[in-house]
Amino acid sequence: MSRMGTARVRMTANAKRGEVIEIRTLVQHPMESGFRLDNTGKAIARHIVESFHCSYNGREIFRARLYPAVSTNPFFTFYAVAADSGDFVFTWKDDQGGVATATSHLDVV
Amino acid sequence: MAGASLLVVRPAKATPEELVIALRETFGDQPINRGRVKLEVPRLAENGSVVPVIVSVESPMTELQHVKSIHLFAQKNHLPRILEVHLGHYNGKAVVSSRVRVATSQQLTAVAAMSDGSLWSAAADIEVVTSECGL
Repeated sequence: MSRMGTARVRMTANAKRGEVIEIRTLVQHPMESGFRLDNTGKAIARHIVESFHCSYNGREIFRARLYPAVSTNPFFTFYAVAADSGDFVFTWKDDQGGVATATSHLDVV
Repeated sequence: MAGASLLVVRPAKATPEELVIALRETFGDQPINRGRVKLEVPRLAENGSVVPVIVSVESPMTELQHVKSIHLFAQKNHLPRILEVHLGHYNGKAVVSSRVRVATSQQLTAVAAMSDGSLWSAAADIEVVTSECGL
């Protein structure tokens, strides 16, 4: 399993029950499209993040499938309804076996 | 010349027909309606390799009525598919943003699949000055 770059998540640590919170995520990754050539004219192999998942207290709430047209260092902003206190777990997987994860805790009052 | 060898390695750019094929592969023969989706991209992108996009879909996002997925396509990239995301009522609102690569000036299309099975879409024209991503 190859390593992936740093993953970053920004979201609030506290929310009222029912509040819609914003989640911003970013992972360091070249997202090499497979369509570029190196300076000897050889094609550079594709190396992209293919999937991104977010689960909240064990339930999947966001899933993305990425193609080579997602920019370097894939970035997503999405939303979630604060239901119960618990963990958000974020997972990125690339096409060379690389995995990155991040966890954020949300306290719901 | 160098240009000739580029033609050998690079697949042809996707054409609007390839976009039609990708739409059919994804959604079958189901009609895609215009509306309920807002696709925000800059009209002019200096750099096509980092283009901010925001897709928002009008939906109450309840258990009965919500957006199931949002799909983003580019007419003239090598591959028409850019991104797809899967959502549910637990998202509260159907708004997603990201940053994408746009090879050349063209039209982007966002399609939202609703929990009732209907499809809604929006398109946006974008003009691209430079792109280094090889797409």
